[in-house]
Amino acid sequence: MKKRWYDYLWIFSAAYLALGFFNILFAWIGLICFIVPLLISIIGGSKAYCNKYCGRGQLFELLGGRLGLSRKKAPPKFLRSKWFRYAFLTFFMAMFILMVYNTYLVFAGATLREAVTLLWMFKLPWQWVNTSFVAPGIAQFAFGFYGVMLTSSVLGMITMILFKPRSWCVYCPMGTMTQAICKIKYIGVGQDGKKNETDCGVA
Amino acid sequence: MTTKKAANVGKDCVACGNCVKYCPLDAIMIYRGLYAKVDKDICKSCQKCVKACPADVIEMRTEAIVV
Repeated sequence: MKKRWYDYLWIFSAAYLALGFFNILFAWIGLICFIVPLLISIIGGSKAYCNKYCGRGQLFELLGGRLGLSRKKAPPKFLRSKWFRYAFLTFFMAMFILMVYNTYLVFAGATLREAVTLLWMFKLPWQWVNTSFVAPGIAQFAFGFYGVMLTSSVLGMITMILFKPRSWCVYCPMGTMTQAICKIKYIGVGQDGKKNETDCGVA
Repeated sequence: MTTKKAANVGKDCVACGNCVKYCPLDAIMIYRGLYAKVDKDICKSCQKCVKACPADVIEMRTEAIVV
C-alpha cells in the first residue's frame, strides 16, 4: 500500500514527547492535537483526524503491531462500554479545566510550580528547563498540558501492551468527543444527506 | 449454501478507522464519523479487520448465498 505524508505523523507524536524533556514550552504545540480534531468534526462532520492524522494512534500501531510490543488481546468489555468512555471523558475534561484554573492562578500572581503531574497523582520535578523568558502563566500551562499529554501517552502505552495496539482509541477522550459531535451533527439527517421529514402537525 | 462475511456489529464502534487501514480491498468506510460500515459485496473474509479492531466490534457472520 502506498504511504502518504500523514502515515508518518507518528514521528510528530514521538518528537513531541521527546521535546518536552528538553524544553517544556514545546508542550504548547500539543494544542494542535486538541483543536484540529474538534475543527474537523465540527466543520467536516467526520473523524478524519482519528482515521488518518492521529500520530499517537500510529505510534501505538507501530510499537504494538510492527515491533510486537502488544499482547494483541481484546480489551475488557468495560473499557469498550459507552459509560466508561463518557465517564473517562468527563474525568479527563475535569482535570483539564483544573489545569487551566491553575494556570489562571499563576497569571493572577501565584507561584509557578515547575513539575509535571503524571497520572493526576505523581508530581515529577521538571526544574532543568529555563522558562524565565516567558510569563510564569505561559510556563505553567506548558507544565500542565505536558502532564495531560504524558499521562494519556502512558495510559495508551499500558493498554497497548496489555491489549490491542490501538486500545487507547477505544477510550480516547478526543475520539469520544469528536464522535459525540458527529452524532449531534447528524441528528435527523437521513442517509441521503437530507433532513428527515417529520410530521410536526403543520399542514 | 452459506458464506462468512465481516459484519460490523456497530453498537460500541468508536470509528477509529483502524479496520479501514487494514482492509486490503477497501471494503470498509467510516460512516459520518459514527461507525465502520463493511461492504459485504467486496469483503473476501480475510478477517484482517477483525484482528485489527481495538474495540472488538467486527465479527464474522454466516450468511446465505442467494443463487
